[in-house]
Amino acid sequence: MNSNPTVRWFWFASPQTFFPLAGTIARWCAVGAALLALAGLYVGLVAAPTDAQQGEVYRIIFIHVPAAWMSMFIYLVMAGWAAIGLAFNTRLSFMMAQALAPTGALFTFIALWTGSLWGRPTWGTYWVWDARLTSELILLFLYLGFMALHAAIDDPRRADRASALLAIVGAVNVPIIYYSVQWWNTLHQGASVSLTRAPSMAATMLTGMLLMALAFWAYSIAAVLVRVRCIIRERE
Amino acid sequence: MLAVVRSVVERDLLLALRRRSDVGTALLFFVIVASLFPLGIGAEPNQLRAIAPGVIWVAALLSSMLSLGRLFAADYADGTLEQMLLGAAPLGLVVMAKSLAHWLVSGLPLVAIAPLIALQYDLAPALYGVLALSLLLGTPVLSLIGAIGAALTLGLRGGGVLLALLVLPLYVPVLILGAGSVEMAGAGLQPDGQLLLLGAALVLAAAFSPWAIAAALRISME
Repeated sequence: MNSNPTVRWFWFASPQTFFPLAGTIARWCAVGAALLALAGLYVGLVAAPTDAQQGEVYRIIFIHVPAAWMSMFIYLVMAGWAAIGLAFNTRLSFMMAQALAPTGALFTFIALWTGSLWGRPTWGTYWVWDARLTSELILLFLYLGFMALHAAIDDPRRADRASALLAIVGAVNVPIIYYSVQWWNTLHQGASVSLTRAPSMAATMLTGMLLMALAFWAYSIAAVLVRVRCIIRERE
Repeated sequence: MLAVVRSVVERDLLLALRRRSDVGTALLFFVIVASLFPLGIGAEPNQLRAIAPGVIWVAALLSSMLSLGRLFAADYADGTLEQMLLGAAPLGLVVMAKSLAHWLVSGLPLVAIAPLIALQYDLAPALYGVLALSLLLGTPVLSLIGAIGAALTLGLRGGGVLLALLVLPLYVPVLILGAGSVEMAGAGLQPDGQLLLLGAALVLAAAFSPWAIAAALRISME
């Protein structure tokens, strides 16, 4: 065993040592994502029963919900990397935060897009100013702001640190935004449209959703690591 | 400590006084934006009454954001900001004072002029107090949050548009609470809850944003 854990801890913090490791992990995760997505889509589209109230339309849930989960989770991970970067001054952490942003924005967009496609047949409209929809939209703006700030600054060091600070400020604000939007919505619309589904969910539906969530996880890790390798190549 | 705050506020106010047109422009912007909505939507009094709190608040948001660019730009250009960073006074305190001065110049006039806009929108006179109070509590939060964005985008090309993209999503809770309090009072309910939450937001912003502003300035200036 290693006598000094801190040495081991920071070993992969160097872009040079991380580069090959990222390649290996990305490869395995890409394969995993493909397999999990195939299994998840099979369970979701073939094995899962038709919903009693919504019919076949509900099957978009297998994309929609995992994408929404990832969109929020990735923002937290991004802010986490940003905080680590500002605290320890490690280049790689900033690169990870930068690499996570486009994937997070992509999932936010997918969640919004599939949500509106789902809303059309079930609620009769592509968009309602529901609390969750609105906060997801604002989350997309936060992602775009992060990327725009990073792109606007030429000096990579300043770009890293400035956007890291913005990510942390955003992460502090996300719960405040969420609750204020939720409160605002309940004042205006009441519970005429609710996103809560039937309480009892068939086990196969849950399995399909979890499989798809794992597939999205694996995809995110693979995509982010590939992107981080590009950033390392570009900078080092 | 207080001497630092006072001298910075006094200096910024004096500078604003020497460039009075800058202050006037932001205020005029507020009035013009608020006057555009009836032209676009139609002058039906019931509709105007319904949208008044939201329109006034959105106009206040935009007007406060417009003047953010000047918050650090002039000091950055002539090197004063660098001296502030190097100086003995805590940077958090200095930026807090600068945000306060920004609010005195861009936020406080809005509070004073908002009842006039409310008059145009035929808002019930009983609501003027709530509107002014909500702006009084909310606009300092806008200055404090906006200062973070202004510090981050200091000296960048296309900084103004970028600043809007960064800051406006963070303004959302203030907008919801501020406009909500007036709407609630208009519906005959007690607006205390929203006003208290706005006050809480102000306390939170006053406590934490000076740290973030100072850190952002250090990042931008190094």
